[in-house]
Amino acid sequence: MSREQPADDGTEGKFGDYGGQYVPEVLMPAVEELTDAYERYVLDNEDGFVDDLRSRLREFGGRPTPLSYAANLSERYGFDVYLKREDLLHGGAHKLNNALGQVLLAKYMGKERIVAETGAGQHGTATAMACAYLDVPCEIYMGRTDVNRQRPNVFRMRIHDAEVNPVDVGSGTLKEAINETMRDWATNVEDTHYVIGSVVGPHPFPAMVRDFQSVVGEELRAQSRDQLGELPEAVIACAGGGSNTMGAFASFVGSAELAGAPEGAQEPAPDVDLLAVEAGGSSLDVDADAGYAPNSASLSTGTEGVLHGARTKLLQTGEGQIVESHSISAGLDYAGVGPELAHLVDTGRVTPVNVDDDAALEAFHRLSREEGIIPALESSHAVAYLEAYEGDGPVVVNVSGRGDKDLDTVIEESTARDLDTAPTMEVFEE
Amino acid sequence: MTRSDLRAAFEDGPALVSYVAAGDPSAAASKAYVEALVEGGSDVIELGLPFSEPVAEGRTIQQAIKRALDAGMTPEAYLDLVRDLDIDVPVVCMTYYNLIYQFGPEPGPEAFVEAAAEAGISGFVVPDLPVDESGPLYEACREHGLDLVFIVAPTTTPERLERLLDRTTGFVYVQGRLGTTGARDEVSDDTPASLERLRDADLPKAVGFGISSGEQAREIVASGADGVVVGSAYVDIVAEGVADDRPTAEVADRIEALARELKQGALDAVPEPERK
Ligand SMILES: Cc1ncc(COP(=O)(O)O)c(C=O)c1O
Repeated sequence: MSREQPADDGTEGKFGDYGGQYVPEVLMPAVEELTDAYERYVLDNEDGFVDDLRSRLREFGGRPTPLSYAANLSERYGFDVYLKREDLLHGGAHKLNNALGQVLLAKYMGKERIVAETGAGQHGTATAMACAYLDVPCEIYMGRTDVNRQRPNVFRMRIHDAEVNPVDVGSGTLKEAINETMRDWATNVEDTHYVIGSVVGPHPFPAMVRDFQSVVGEELRAQSRDQLGELPEAVIACAGGGSNTMGAFASFVGSAELAGAPEGAQEPAPDVDLLAVEAGGSSLDVDADAGYAPNSASLSTGTEGVLHGARTKLLQTGEGQIVESHSISAGLDYAGVGPELAHLVDTGRVTPVNVDDDAALEAFHRLSREEGIIPALESSHAVAYLEAYEGDGPVVVNVSGRGDKDLDTVIEESTARDLDTAPTMEVFEE
Repeated sequence: MTRSDLRAAFEDGPALVSYVAAGDPSAAASKAYVEALVEGGSDVIELGLPFSEPVAEGRTIQQAIKRALDAGMTPEAYLDLVRDLDIDVPVVCMTYYNLIYQFGPEPGPEAFVEAAAEAGISGFVVPDLPVDESGPLYEACREHGLDLVFIVAPTTTPERLERLLDRTTGFVYVQGRLGTTGARDEVSDDTPASLERLRDADLPKAVGFGISSGEQAREIVASGADGVVVGSAYVDIVAEGVADDRPTAEVADRIEALARELKQGALDAVPEPERK
């Protein structure tokens, strides 16, 4: 450039070209304050924050979660399949690792109120749960479509005394819920902390949420050594925003920073394949003119842009309008993805793959029938990828959550598709 | 610093900066509304280029943007609309960074800034682009002689304020309250303090977020502002027009009347002999 360069060269928290802090000025001081708190408490363990969190994750959350051998799936595929059981974490999903971390951090920071968005309701539930446990008032924004398809989680949030605000704009999914939560945050920023549910948003969220979730990969790695005698050939995780993905992968790319991890838990392991399974929805083709993508595969098909505080890969039109996404699973139904994951895909360290709605449903029934584990529809995407996996194993699949919340959707969608692997429910109908 | 037409718009006494969303509810209607705003005394037009995720906007403008997008507004159509405007006050493009960034064959702000300058845009307000990330847009704006207006929020720290003022040209946009845009009945108590912090800044200060009446405009100018920014109050009139299926001309008349009231309110804050 010909003229003098500006005095500064951007905000903090970049992963290659991705990340940063693209938020309205009214939020910038809050984001800077949070960055400072992240560095002090999370990275430097000031006031024993990380020790406090780790002990609460054990005692309240039920960590560590097991790494379970899936004998029947192993037989089916001809290689060893292990399941990292985040479905057994308190609340039924990996989301508590982050929600508890952030709500506790907000308390250390002296914040008096929590807001959060939720897609599948798992993050909202985890946040409501953590707020009840730590005694902080909590308000959750959730798209109307998601309210309708994830009713059990809406009830759980209410039972934990959280306010649930349905968002009626657009397609009523996660994207709209995030917009609305950012508006609330901008209005109440002085005493409110926004607990973002995935590795998305402005810095420090992508790094901080990854660090809170890195406990998944840290355990997974140690358990692999103990139970398999080696590291797995591949780790497979579903990617919506990508928090369970980054949590499971962080220990293999050397990017986790949570203090107090066991020796060796964070060393890069380049020979472990990292597969991020996106929601292929009903098709990978984006109908840009209609402003609609019948999938949520932003790592595989997205382009670089700026959304919700970060530069990352997005489902967007050539003009830069964000398109509506689709997935049978509410928690994957999002047009963006975490900036670090986008970067790891660009550098070739993480391989993005995808499975469609049908395959995810099939996998839901397969795991339920063959292993006695009902996975979340989100996690079902990761399980489904085993059908396409070409390798000798052993393989670890991150079962990011349990599927109780999805039963209505699963029955309805299985019936609509006449899925022969699904049990018939007719006898129970009035 | 070169004197821009934006800055000059504040030289004849308190200025009225008026916002509508381009294409709400159609390109032709918004052309009429912009012209009505100027007829009513607006000194600067802030023309919104609709983005699908307007996180800094309240309900009113959010819905305006949706109407505009549904009616097919695009960055290209926006520039056509600007070229078509028959007005003699500066136009500021208010939009979100992703649209500026994606325009043109290469990612980056240069292509849009060049096209905007050519179409007759005087400057930009980009609410999701913090000053810290504004380097490339700032450079492109300087290259093409455009202003880049930053928003100062009630939460802005002194250290950030300094950086903001370093980069702002044209005028300073003072966010009068926490939260998002949207018409309110009262002036925020934060406003005088926000203006006080900017007392020494060598730039005109326009206060926005929540202003909807001549009385509020008077109050704000009386507490030291050089101008007011009004958006949602006009957009409420547009929305009502859409709901009641009113003819564009009738909506334009109402918008013009509100602009006149706001401008008069701003003028009333300044004693007659001091008016330039
Ligand atoms: C069980 C489960 N898995 C995965 C996800 C997707 O989120 P992420 O990609 O951040 O892990 C969700 C989101 O709600 C979820 O509930």
